[in-house]
Amino acid sequence: MNPTSIEDKLAVNKYDIDREVHISLGEDICKTCDGHYCLYACPAGCFKLMEEHITFSYEGCLECGSCQIVCDKGAVEWNLPRAGFGICYQYG
Amino acid sequence: MKQEFDAIVVGAGPAGCACGYTLAKAGLETLVVERGKFAGAKNMWGGVFYGPTLNELFPHFWQEAPVERHIVRHRFSLLTHDACLSAEFTTKKFGQPPYNGFAVLRSKFDRWFATKVEQAGAIIAPGLQADDLLWDGNQVTGIKAGGDELPASVVIACDGVNSALAGKAGLRDKLLPQDMKQGVKEVIQLPRELLEQRFNLVGDEGIAWEFIGSFTGGLPGGAFIYTNKESLSVGIVVQLNALVENKVRANDLLEEFKQHSAVVDLLAQGKLVEYSAHLIPVSGIAMMPGLYTDGFLVAGDAAALILGTGLTLEGANFAVVSGVAAADTVIRAKQVGGFSRKSLSYYPELLKQSFVLKDLQTFRKAPHFLENSRIYSLYPELACDLAEKLFTNDGRPRKKTWELLGQTMGGRVSFWQVARDLMQAKGAV
Repeated sequence: MNPTSIEDKLAVNKYDIDREVHISLGEDICKTCDGHYCLYACPAGCFKLMEEHITFSYEGCLECGSCQIVCDKGAVEWNLPRAGFGICYQYG
Repeated sequence: MKQEFDAIVVGAGPAGCACGYTLAKAGLETLVVERGKFAGAKNMWGGVFYGPTLNELFPHFWQEAPVERHIVRHRFSLLTHDACLSAEFTTKKFGQPPYNGFAVLRSKFDRWFATKVEQAGAIIAPGLQADDLLWDGNQVTGIKAGGDELPASVVIACDGVNSALAGKAGLRDKLLPQDMKQGVKEVIQLPRELLEQRFNLVGDEGIAWEFIGSFTGGLPGGAFIYTNKESLSVGIVVQLNALVENKVRANDLLEEFKQHSAVVDLLAQGKLVEYSAHLIPVSGIAMMPGLYTDGFLVAGDAAALILGTGLTLEGANFAVVSGVAAADTVIRAKQVGGFSRKSLSYYPELLKQSFVLKDLQTFRKAPHFLENSRIYSLYPELACDLAEKLFTNDGRPRKKTWELLGQTMGGRVSFWQVARDLMQAKGAV
């Protein structure tokens, strides 16, 4: 049975995970946001809502840029992983 | 300052490789930097290359390039939650060289493309990211990468849809969700024999199959299945602002699509080997950034050179042709001895002469037209309902097709509305 959840799908991907986090959130800004567009924009499910707090985990990031573009509050400090790190597509 | 390179190309995708290849062949000292571990490591797409563009650059490229299958069948389907209405086109011609299109996996293909650039004499530097531009007044004079300053007469940004460099050069504002589609794709491995049986393919023949319908819940977008040698590329493409405004995730829509009765059996026994995502700039000319400034050019997705006609989204050809045009501009500028704005203004002229800006101009109204949600839910439903009425034999006296059409549309949409949408379609696509 093939995975249907995002987390399980990401597990088949090849990543070179950096120790450095490449995307960070302005938590004070996120507290004032009720749209939470990032939750739906991220194809890798990196954003989660936990007890009214938005959390972000960078490891599964597919580097698409959606989160930064949909955040109209400017809370997403978006960068690419350092060169050579991050997703490494084998098929593409 | 010692000018180490004539040109630095940022990004080794189709635009950057085509640009680097053309520059190197003309004898220019060229460096191509690529942030991935290898060219292609960061790249994904739907996946078909159509037309003669690549063949013009590399005659008979399919004999050496890692192409998956040549496309001989084009199928287009409208889906409701339980029905499917399809049209298919196939011709023997598409099965013969130079072929009409190839399914391609980018991680393999871009790596091959980069080796061609290297063979032509350029230096490819994978694992190197352009962090910033070097400036001398208003003139771009190189890049900062990995803590080093790399000077060059000209920089060509082929760094993809999220191009940081186009922004740093002051050519582009913040990207907007209404200008973007999000593509999410699975590569599903399937034994070759089983795949060919299921899709009625012989040898290296392939099918390109596009879908619109209920699975996007009326959101502008569609799905696709492309056949690779021993895998399927199965994905969905949806308007980014529509996803977040409706609190929907692309992956959930993809799962719904994969469970459709017309699709699910085709994927059975397949094994997921990759899950990928990418943004596609879809607003055409309306969102195009400035294409050049002193010592600096933008090509490919970074310049938002994507054509959406409703049936397909096409970017790779536009990337290749714009990469070549940028290179030709640089070669000419070197001959006249300057890389000022004025001498680089030849670049948009070249793009206007090619299909790149001609097509974007012809289809400039398409992006707005394609936002009409009736295209994605109501019209597929009407078409499937009408087909069901036409094909159902319920033992009662039959009605004429026009009468059935009126019955199908009744209360759901007026002829007036359909006529208006058709008029808009005529103007747009």
